[in-house]
Amino acid sequence: MHPLRRQRLLLVVAGLVAAAVAVALALVALNENINLFYSPVQVAAGEAPAGRPFRVGGMVVENSVARSGDTLDVRFAVTDYEATVAVRYQGILPDLFREGQGVVATGQLSPEGEFVATEVLAKHDEKYMPPEVTAALEQSGAYQRANSQ
Amino acid sequence: MTIELGHFSAALGMAVGLLLAVLPLWGSHRNQASWMQLARPLATLQLVLVAIAYLALTRAFLVDDFSVAYVAANSNTQLPTVYKFSAVWGAHEGSLLLWLLFLTLWTALVARFSRHLPLPLVARTLAVLGWVAVGFHLFLLLTSNPFERLLPVPAIEGQDLNPLLQDPGLVIHPPMLYLGYVGFAVPFAFAVAALLGGRLDAAWARWSRPWTNMAWVFLTLGITLGSWWAYYELGWGGWWFWDPVENASFMPWLTGTALVHSLAVTEKRGAFKGWTVLLAIFTFSLSLLGTFLVRSGILTSVHAFAVDPTRGAFIFAFLVVVVGGSLALFAWRAPSLSGAVQMSGWSRETLLLINNLLLTVSALSVLAGTLYPLVFEALSGGRKVSVGPPYFNAVFVPLMALLMLAMALGPLMRWRSTALADLRARLLWVIGAVAVAVAAGPWLLGHAWVPATAAAIGLAVWLIGGLVADLWRQAGLLRGKGGVARLGAGYWGMQLAHLGVAFTALGVVLVSQHSTEQDLRMAPGDSVELAGYRLTFEAVDAYSGPNYEAQRGRFLVAHPDGGQSLLLPEKRRYLARGNVMTEAGIDPGATRDLYIALGEPLAGGAWAVRLQYKAYVRWIWLGGVLMAAGGGLAVVDRRYRLKRQRNPVPAAASGIA
Repeated sequence: MHPLRRQRLLLVVAGLVAAAVAVALALVALNENINLFYSPVQVAAGEAPAGRPFRVGGMVVENSVARSGDTLDVRFAVTDYEATVAVRYQGILPDLFREGQGVVATGQLSPEGEFVATEVLAKHDEKYMPPEVTAALEQSGAYQRANSQ
Repeated sequence: MTIELGHFSAALGMAVGLLLAVLPLWGSHRNQASWMQLARPLATLQLVLVAIAYLALTRAFLVDDFSVAYVAANSNTQLPTVYKFSAVWGAHEGSLLLWLLFLTLWTALVARFSRHLPLPLVARTLAVLGWVAVGFHLFLLLTSNPFERLLPVPAIEGQDLNPLLQDPGLVIHPPMLYLGYVGFAVPFAFAVAALLGGRLDAAWARWSRPWTNMAWVFLTLGITLGSWWAYYELGWGGWWFWDPVENASFMPWLTGTALVHSLAVTEKRGAFKGWTVLLAIFTFSLSLLGTFLVRSGILTSVHAFAVDPTRGAFIFAFLVVVVGGSLALFAWRAPSLSGAVQMSGWSRETLLLINNLLLTVSALSVLAGTLYPLVFEALSGGRKVSVGPPYFNAVFVPLMALLMLAMALGPLMRWRSTALADLRARLLWVIGAVAVAVAAGPWLLGHAWVPATAAAIGLAVWLIGGLVADLWRQAGLLRGKGGVARLGAGYWGMQLAHLGVAFTALGVVLVSQHSTEQDLRMAPGDSVELAGYRLTFEAVDAYSGPNYEAQRGRFLVAHPDGGQSLLLPEKRRYLARGNVMTEAGIDPGATRDLYIALGEPLAGGAWAVRLQYKAYVRWIWLGGVLMAAGGGLAVVDRRYRLKRQRNPVPAAASGIA
């Protein structure tokens, strides 16, 4: 083969191999590491998977936050104004976590049906609402209510 | 009145931008020197007008003019003056004005420092920059006008700047980042201008290189500062979250790094021409994509600005025009760029090709993970999904390990072809050093032997060994001719930047593998052991800052070597918005940081407390600073300042269409 062509062929083959490896790695990694979002209504309806992490989000119910007396355990409830999910978390909550604010939590359902969160996110800007929460509230028709509060 | 002056000046700036976009381009098409010569004064005039607009907005902040909606939303009479300066870019509208200011600044700089370039190329380059500026002028004036008044009723008091942004790190982080983002408009404009003119040669690459390096330096500094800021300000002790907005800055950095290297091949060997042009286009497009992701609010991110769909739509349309237009131009012109150069298996070209492949693939995998939620949502009828750090780590880390393997070899290789026997002889001792490092490195750095750390230290020693071996080779070549002092700034810049990569890689792996963290409930008087340090929570006292009230914890730390330090983490409540903010208490060190953050007050005077021991975390940013310094050295290399020198590689000039 002409050396120039051989060189081009090698380049193309190298590029394709690299791309294929990257795509394979990416797909495997994506499959294992994506977390689906479920609204409290969906969780209540039993649509959320058991034994697999997912995310749930909504507004923190007023007067639902309860700290334990001697550990960092905290319980609160998240709602989309149609259904409510009980959340358990151990650790330090973000600064903007507050009752009546939108949050997104990542974790798993316990056998008792409680959501055990490994991460709780509240956004840094108090005007900013996580898109998932907005969508969940819109679906439950409660967006206007949440906004006017 | 000044704010109207600013508004007017911005509008006039856009008109000048439009002239800059059209007249010189027309001149270059018709070969009219007088029209092309308009480019430079127009570029300067545009900068002056935008600067006036920017100063007018700054003045509104300084004098607390709350009749301006943007000032009322982002400032406050109690805001310390230094933050009134930085509040100008604290939210969407003003940060866009800063973008525009920097774009016009780069444009004017290109106009100023292009005396030795052929006039048609200058005219085309400045015109392309003019088009980009027109796009951003429109964006600013149509969707994000910071000069709007709150009339007839001005606000009595401003709503204050987001307290997270009231921090020295955030005063300099956005300007650096924007200088980098916008800076990549320059190689983009050079590339498009070259496509328009059909002339893409070694000289073109040599002109592009310092500008590309400069943008890269600023982007590197911006990302490093952002990581450092997130670490000490967010109260988590995390330094990188694979957040969409972080990725937005990281993707152009990856392709920009590839561009820096492929430009070297284009300059020295006249090869990779089409690819280099594509990279220049991609890098700037990714900068724009980053802006789009941040401004449109379509992705869940901690950085996202308040959402406005028209802004997202505008910047998306702009992105489509830029990417589509430049790729169409590329498709039309690229066949005329004959750049094939004979290349053997083992040569510097090959190694730089590997570099480019790995960097581009990493950028693509980051892009895939960042955009996957959008694609998934579209395909699944609105289901939301998020891609976590494990994805990015799983894909990115192996690619970077491969990159470091190649990085040691690249500088040792010669252009065209390298004798492998010579290479083997030079690398023998490096391989020995790597073996020792893998076996004993973790212990030497004071930590347990774990595979990841051993591998990282091995790679770092491999990389540094390669740099030393090359320095040795250069010293041999230059013996009797002035020695290593003869090596140019560009060479030292390369050495320094690669050394920076070794430091960052070590920092990343060590901090991930050897840090410890405890979230605890502590009452004053309690003490706890963390990685050999004894931390005693002494008390919490209250004090008042200029615009906040704070609870400040006192933690006495007894070091294993008998030393002591006092850490003062704070919980602040900013008065204007009632926001609560965490200020971590940090005891920094070369081999470890101690990091204490207050959580929330609990019953009985106790506090939720986060205690962290971060191994070698500072090396991450030290590496970033070294990379930036290396890039800076490469910019000042004398080679780029020589006037129209004769082409050092005659073969490289063959690609003129």
